[in-house]
Amino acid sequence: MSKKVEMKTRILKTNEDWAGRNREVLAGKGVKALNLMSSPGSGKTTILERTVESLRDEIRLGVIEGDLQTELDAERIRRLGIPVYQIETGGGCHLDAEMVARAMEQLPLEEIDLLFIENVGNLVCPAEFDLGEDLKVMVASVTEGHDKPAKYPLMFREASVILVNKMDLVSATDFDMEAFARDVAKINPKAEVFWVSAKTGAGFEEWCEWLKGYVKGKP
Amino acid sequence: MHELALMQGILEQVEQKVVEHALKKVTRVKLVVGKMTAALPDALRFCFSVLTEDGPCAGAELEIEEREIVAACSDCKEEFTVRGIDFRCPRCNGRNTRVVQGNELYIDFIEGE
Repeated sequence: MSKKVEMKTRILKTNEDWAGRNREVLAGKGVKALNLMSSPGSGKTTILERTVESLRDEIRLGVIEGDLQTELDAERIRRLGIPVYQIETGGGCHLDAEMVARAMEQLPLEEIDLLFIENVGNLVCPAEFDLGEDLKVMVASVTEGHDKPAKYPLMFREASVILVNKMDLVSATDFDMEAFARDVAKINPKAEVFWVSAKTGAGFEEWCEWLKGYVKGKP
Repeated sequence: MHELALMQGILEQVEQKVVEHALKKVTRVKLVVGKMTAALPDALRFCFSVLTEDGPCAGAELEIEEREIVAACSDCKEEFTVRGIDFRCPRCNGRNTRVVQGNELYIDFIEGE
């Protein structure tokens, strides 16, 4: 005799539960958390280095680095003199909320106002996993081409802020700023877009001012 | 890319129900997957077939109901199906839209004997 068992079980429930707990812990310690996502090689770590240099005298910062392997990114951030913890996913294509919870235990959260979580470079899976962050920031670089929003709309839809990096190279590529902006306006019309170069520092004043306002303005 | 991890999670939940309801075998697993998620039905099916070669779900049918992306406009209250990448309101061209359907990712039910 066949039997039907109703489930209605959310598949990502375990992750969502961890994310909820992270959010509570962070709010309890007065930490705002930012989930930084992009494809590999778009310049997330370089953006982070420059952002840390601009803000570290005004805001107490911390970083969680996510990579498949190596401590390379954490070492770059450690040189800037702020607390950092490296997660090695061992091949996993995204960070999940439980990994972030373990990393948070290793950081002095009482001494941090703004926590950057640098996700694994990947334009698909990270968008699906809530880490308990307050803000999703996405990096796209001009060398990847202007068609990325149309090809990966979910990630662009989820992000509150989009940083378009490597603008110093724009004239050497076929990147069409208008087409990119037009697609972003369709997918995520509320997103803040900053055109930056982590190499030259162009656009960082606007981005860092915005971030300062966000950290200070948020209750 | 992460469908394998998703399917492992699904089968853990299903196997828990198998024990709770003292089922000998599962004949059907029904999932609901919204198009806003990055879970691809074909990849889910492939992972299901690989992971259910033995165990209580061996030979079970996997049914996946896909849900279109539906957004609602906060300005004019229009609800519309999102086609392609345009999330702006087709009625008032408003920017204040939010997704009301398409984020689903859950196990609806299982059938077994």
